[in-house]
Amino acid sequence: MPILVTALLLVVLFVITLTVAAYSTYGERKVAAFLQDRIGPNRAGPFGLLQPLADGAKMFMKEDFVPKTANRKLFFLGPAIAMTTALLTGVVIPWGGTLTIGDLRIPLQGTDPEIGILYVFAMVSIGVYGIMLGGWASNNKFALLGAIRAASQMVSYELAMGLSIVALVMVTGTLSMNGIVQYQIEHGWGVLHQPLGFLLFLVCAFAETNRAPFDMPECETELVGGYHTEFSSMKLGFYLFAEYVNMFISSAVMATLYFGGYHVPGLAGTGWDPNLITLLGTAAMFAKTFFFIFFFMWIRWTLPRFRFDQLMNLGWKGLIPLAILNLLLTGGWAFIQPRLFP
Amino acid sequence: MQFLFYLFAAISVISAVFVVSAKSPINSVIALIVCFLSIAGHYILLNAQFLAMVHIIVYTGAIMVLFLFVIMLLNLNKSAEPVKTLATRIAAVIAGGVFLLTLLAAVRHGLDITPARDFDGGVGLVRSVGLSLFNEFLLPFEVSSILFLSAMVGALMLAKKEPAASAGTSPAAPAEKRVA
Repeated sequence: MPILVTALLLVVLFVITLTVAAYSTYGERKVAAFLQDRIGPNRAGPFGLLQPLADGAKMFMKEDFVPKTANRKLFFLGPAIAMTTALLTGVVIPWGGTLTIGDLRIPLQGTDPEIGILYVFAMVSIGVYGIMLGGWASNNKFALLGAIRAASQMVSYELAMGLSIVALVMVTGTLSMNGIVQYQIEHGWGVLHQPLGFLLFLVCAFAETNRAPFDMPECETELVGGYHTEFSSMKLGFYLFAEYVNMFISSAVMATLYFGGYHVPGLAGTGWDPNLITLLGTAAMFAKTFFFIFFFMWIRWTLPRFRFDQLMNLGWKGLIPLAILNLLLTGGWAFIQPRLFP
Repeated sequence: MQFLFYLFAAISVISAVFVVSAKSPINSVIALIVCFLSIAGHYILLNAQFLAMVHIIVYTGAIMVLFLFVIMLLNLNKSAEPVKTLATRIAAVIAGGVFLLTLLAAVRHGLDITPARDFDGGVGLVRSVGLSLFNEFLLPFEVSSILFLSAMVGALMLAKKEPAASAGTSPAAPAEKRVA
């Protein structure tokens, strides 16, 4: 029975992830339109709400073209890896507390391994292969340059991201995603303990998801379309879609690690039905996640793109030293605090 | 569980053979990535979750990305592969055959392995790995981290241009930088 419940939960999570990603494309256009004082998509359905469906249908109808000089197997494998690794990450994110139906206790989380945060990190680090292999297999200069940029950018920013997570883990004392949320429920949200760490994580999340101002791998002013120049039809759709899935997942990770996840201050003391509190918590989790998705779009349509050398300078000479400083401060505080306030 | 072990073992062995037999270096690298992932699967079967994830992050996610990166930049292909002389090939066949003979002789009477101590399911969890690293193996741990630091400094020294060489090209250097 619990296996069936988990399977059902994962299917629901899968559907929600895809829906959110699809409507993020709509949201992106509406946010862009709002920021540029335009109206945005409004033809397909009321307020243009059917636009993602129309886009998806259009993608399916396009010719699935494979260049003659491309490496066919890797050309197929690239988008598949990008999409798969993007979807795999959501499993360990705690989307809510525990629902109790009769005797059945259902935690709203796919699984809670004790190394949850490392799992997220591992999936992010595998995700770069989708872009690298796809870009290389296209046998196109622009695609190759995009792929190489993606690889060097992601490896560079993974370091600062990892160091900022290490500092957070030093505070919470656990690597489990749910454990981190539990710590925040007891001791206050992570952003209060790790303000600098949050800022570093936020910047690195932009770089890891290839979002502007760090969208160098697909910088259209320099590289035509970057790593997906040669891709068409649903293969291109997978790449674009994987980017939105990644954005959704990294927003959820930020909400979980630094903004209390499904925690709503003061809700536990109201004495309401526990199931209601769990559902409200899940709603809060999604609200926090959607805020970060909006933040991603806000930044994209506000800041111009970096140059590639600026991006590398920021990563290696700016973020990594700051992350190490943050680590030292966190460690020093953990050492001094019990001695100052016993 | 046993089925999973055999599955991962088969994937590891087949992909490892493919790493050395593949003609294209890119295919070799991909096979090596698959091999590393299946080894991470073995770690998970042993409940060594921490090791499995760190293995994926470090080997699959960082080192192999750099491998792939270098191969893409060099654009290696079949023609770039060095052709071995006949003498080297014969020597390799003899050496490999002798090694195979040794292995066969060793397992002729069957492999009888008795574990030194009973398997403890908690040995690979973060807490026990951390405790043993920072208590029992503190000195080796610190020494190896210093080793990594010195390797990093060494790599930086090698990558840095000679001051004399850069002084000679200094008028052209700013223009180059702007183009890049």
